[in-house]
Amino acid sequence: MSAQQDDEPQKSWIVWFARGTLGIASAPALILMVTFIGFGVLCRESGLTLGQAVFMTASVWALPSQVVLVGSMTSGASLLVTWIAVALSAVRLTPMVAAWVPMVRQPDTPRWRLLALSHFVAITAWVWSFLKLPALPRSARIPYFAGFAVILSVCNIAVTAASFLLAGALPVQAAAALFFLTPIYFLTALSAAARIPAERYALAIGLVLGPLLFWLDVGLDLLWSGLGGGTLAFFAGRLKRHEP
Amino acid sequence: MTTTFETLGQGWAGDFGPYLFILLAGFLATDIWRWLGVLAGNRLHDDSEVLNWVKAVATALIAGVIGKLILFPTGALAAAPVELRLVAAAIGWGAFMAARKNVLAGVVAAELVLIVGWLVLPG
Repeated sequence: MSAQQDDEPQKSWIVWFARGTLGIASAPALILMVTFIGFGVLCRESGLTLGQAVFMTASVWALPSQVVLVGSMTSGASLLVTWIAVALSAVRLTPMVAAWVPMVRQPDTPRWRLLALSHFVAITAWVWSFLKLPALPRSARIPYFAGFAVILSVCNIAVTAASFLLAGALPVQAAAALFFLTPIYFLTALSAAARIPAERYALAIGLVLGPLLFWLDVGLDLLWSGLGGGTLAFFAGRLKRHEP
Repeated sequence: MTTTFETLGQGWAGDFGPYLFILLAGFLATDIWRWLGVLAGNRLHDDSEVLNWVKAVATALIAGVIGKLILFPTGALAAAPVELRLVAAAIGWGAFMAARKNVLAGVVAAELVLIVGWLVLPG
């Protein structure tokens, strides 16, 4: 697009929204959709219904939290324990949204609009925002983001449903390979996103502690591996920083 | 509180029980942080110690789930030998690191090892 077009103040909302939807053909969007194939299979293999799997993608829209939610539900954890585990896995959304707001906000942007749009902020759309939005005129940012974020969510709801339905007709190796996408994607994506030592330690400790506590049958294994492993990693990270 | 995903489906909520469970423990437990983010604006400092602890806890929690999915999966993946799952994950991570932290390289390598290993191994 030319600079001349960018200067048009009356560029309508729908044009920017439509341009945003074209972002669905980008690499990050495609990787996310492949990962959601794994999520649909995970839901089916975990004994959820099609409606529950689709509802989860639509209402939660944060894949790590959805995987924690499925894991907690299938282990028979209570509503309160599941709430705590999912909430702990989603805390990072607060700083992400807090960093995203100043980028999309205009002085006259109503708060309800930001509250509603914030639902679509998850890792993929957040990274995409920081890549694309700064180059756009401020008035275009909300519709452009909305176009991308809404189509991304809708497509992944469809992917969840399609993969859930197909999983039953697949040979066992194919279903297993799709299921395997979820842990492998998070293992690598979390490694790539870990910026401070504490996060890297937390990744390593959690990988061991989660299965170990489950195997030892201590109960609330995920919650303990998060709180215990994370706190341990936090202090290990502090020690590391105070070394010369 | 002993309301679980299973029992909520049999209680007063009936068929909507599981959906209510997802709404409370899923939607509310995630979107509450997004709403807080909108209200906080940019007042949160990205390098505060509290935030570092939160990041570490969230990472360890998700890592715990990853470890469980690899070692104790449900359904089809459980049919793959545990050694193969571990080797595939390790090679996938190695490929990811070797390819300068390229997620796609790691995912493709791990999947290839899992599928080829499964088809080639006896039994």
